[in-house]
Amino acid sequence: MDKQVEAHFDVLVIGGGAAGLSAALAAVESGARVAVMGKTYPTRSQTSMAQGGINAALGHMGDGDTVQKHIADTLRSSKTLGSEAAIRRLCEGAPTAIAWLDGLGVPFSRLEDGRIAQRRLGGASGRRACYAQDYTGLKLLHTLYDAALKAGVTFLDEYFLLNFIVENKRALGATAIEMRSGRTVAFGANAVVAATGGYAGLYRGFTTNATTTTGDGTAAALRAGCRLKDLEFVQFHPTALKGSGVLISESARGAGGRLVNGKGESFVDELATRDEIARAIWEQMEAGEEVFLDIRHLGEAFIDEELPQERKLAIFYEGVDPARDLIPVKPVAHYTMGGIAVDGNHMSDVAGLFACGECANAEVHGANRLGGNALLETVVFGREAGANAVVFARQNPASAKGHPQIMKDSAFVRAVFDFPNRIDFYEKRAFLGKIFYHNAGIVRSETGLKGVLSALRQMQSELAFMGVADKSAVYNTNLTEFVEFGNMLELAEALLVCALHRPETRGAHQRAEFTKENPDFDGVHSLSWKEEGTLCNEMKGLK
Amino acid sequence: MKITIRRYHAERTPQTVEQTWEIEEGVTLLEALTAIKSGKDPSLTFRSGCRSGVCGSCAVRVNGKEVLACAYKPKEGDVVEPLRYAKVLKDLVVDQKPAFETLTRAKAWLADPKADQPVSPEEEKRTETQTDCILCHSCYSACPVLETNPAFLGPFALTRVWRYTADPREGFAKSKMEAIQQDGVWDCTLCGECTAVCPQGIDPKNDIMLLRARSGQAGYQDPHMADFGSFGLDF
Repeated sequence: MDKQVEAHFDVLVIGGGAAGLSAALAAVESGARVAVMGKTYPTRSQTSMAQGGINAALGHMGDGDTVQKHIADTLRSSKTLGSEAAIRRLCEGAPTAIAWLDGLGVPFSRLEDGRIAQRRLGGASGRRACYAQDYTGLKLLHTLYDAALKAGVTFLDEYFLLNFIVENKRALGATAIEMRSGRTVAFGANAVVAATGGYAGLYRGFTTNATTTTGDGTAAALRAGCRLKDLEFVQFHPTALKGSGVLISESARGAGGRLVNGKGESFVDELATRDEIARAIWEQMEAGEEVFLDIRHLGEAFIDEELPQERKLAIFYEGVDPARDLIPVKPVAHYTMGGIAVDGNHMSDVAGLFACGECANAEVHGANRLGGNALLETVVFGREAGANAVVFARQNPASAKGHPQIMKDSAFVRAVFDFPNRIDFYEKRAFLGKIFYHNAGIVRSETGLKGVLSALRQMQSELAFMGVADKSAVYNTNLTEFVEFGNMLELAEALLVCALHRPETRGAHQRAEFTKENPDFDGVHSLSWKEEGTLCNEMKGLK
Repeated sequence: MKITIRRYHAERTPQTVEQTWEIEEGVTLLEALTAIKSGKDPSLTFRSGCRSGVCGSCAVRVNGKEVLACAYKPKEGDVVEPLRYAKVLKDLVVDQKPAFETLTRAKAWLADPKADQPVSPEEEKRTETQTDCILCHSCYSACPVLETNPAFLGPFALTRVWRYTADPREGFAKSKMEAIQQDGVWDCTLCGECTAVCPQGIDPKNDIMLLRARSGQAGYQDPHMADFGSFGLDF
């Protein structure tokens, strides 16, 4: 039966990464009936790829790090687009979050005296990042998953989100494709938490992110009537392998690695911030130069001891041995600062729809995220969002029964099978990634952005001539990838409009014609929303 | 270069077919599968995620051995199949739910955390490799015990139980032994197939031996030995 609500929960969390699991654990601790729904199994989430660490001013590394300094560093890096109140909550909550994770059994790397070890990441005034070798995200995610199994969280694995069910600006649940059967189903909930990850997957072929990071929840929130904030801010990681986009960790530069062009010339300070290095590499590439990371002078023994992972990745994915060869690199999309606008309680414009983690914009990263603050946000704000969702759920019981969204979405899925499939969306997806990288990537110009926007609108109008070749019900990834592509187009348009409306360079948003920060845009946030299906934009606070 | 993919589709006759595809040389198996899907046959079905060996989505079997598709470069004539001991849903995608449920059955978590317990670097290193597990299910597919006993908890769940048992933050390590007696540590044949296929270099066989020793200390014994009877005075 397509039209029924499968089950009802107090809190339905969508996305099983660190943010979703933190939210679910906080909610289940207060006795709520909680489910985590996701298009993959939780341990396959984007969180698994986080390497660097999770920030907390624990103050026991002897370098005088304090919560105050953590706040100041984060605020400075946000370039006026961070909220001091939100950043304060994040940084003040950090030591408690680490203690909580420690109690769940996260295998943090340790100091001799048994306390948690910390290392320094870019932009931090002290050794502040707790880590678990180069597998911080992986080990954090898996430990959260184990804890959620222990706590009795219900897992709805491999359910692909279609839409939030909303009535009168109030969330009642979500619709999804049950991938194993192909059925369109609905889950009801008194409160919904979106923890659906970022949208760096828009830059397909030019991103460190997993193939699954396509911003489905952010796009669904836009359709549901939420405002999205600061979508134009996309962080590029300076050194990914040129061919595959696989990340070469910052530790390679930290250890003394040099960036050189094809002539062997040095062109940038290797220890500058990510946005500065990315731009410098981009300018070399635009001038027709290839760019390489050179760590040969560090010596084979050192490389094997300190950078074994980097050597392995370069040999396997790029076919070069860093002990002997230059490593071809390019900057690629790594993290998206923009997302669903939320209030201080992590609630979106739709009552009962909360958002946390990379899909949300809680005004903590602003124009440029600091390393170690993303994992921190998933845990601190994930837990807050989960706890707030329970409070909301108790006060506002709801039912999604008979809601038209369920029939609408199941009709949509059936209709997709009848789409003519005359235009290949995989080709368009690859094309979108390429034009986005070149024109809406590291450095953006008005002509470039407008060109992409017109190509994009063309693709939107062609969507009904695309479709799926696989007409079967069971585990149809051709179908789910087509829906992902639709989500990508929706977000791509909004991102481009925001980027056009910000004629300045601020943090990760760099315009070719406007190379400096424009004080008129201090504290000005871009907002995107839909009215009757039409995209609207406002630069909030611009005089 | 050509590879063969064993495909399964419940609604087709025959349900299982072998298809040979021409692929580019030098690419990973995952890149080859993605190229087939996006360029030649969009119905080819497989899981993928990080493309760099850390999310555990894309494990398949090549010539009878488990590999991560993103961390393997195909050779001429390779035969690609789905993982074993799980129902095939479609092509290279198997139903992994029952295998994931072994984690719950084995209670692979910190049962009774001690607050503010220091952990020395040596204690942390003791299970560093075990905590590298990406839950790709390669070991599960390689384990011959599952062929005869589908209820066996399997390698990755037991490795994870050892990880938490050995953790100094576990306040009640003895309790962990109870959940792994039935269809658990004693059912392993110590063949080492799991260890041979782990992409992260984990040795579940060794973890299971350590859990046997802990089980013995906790007063449990190998039920197979008990069944055998005793070499007592009557012998």
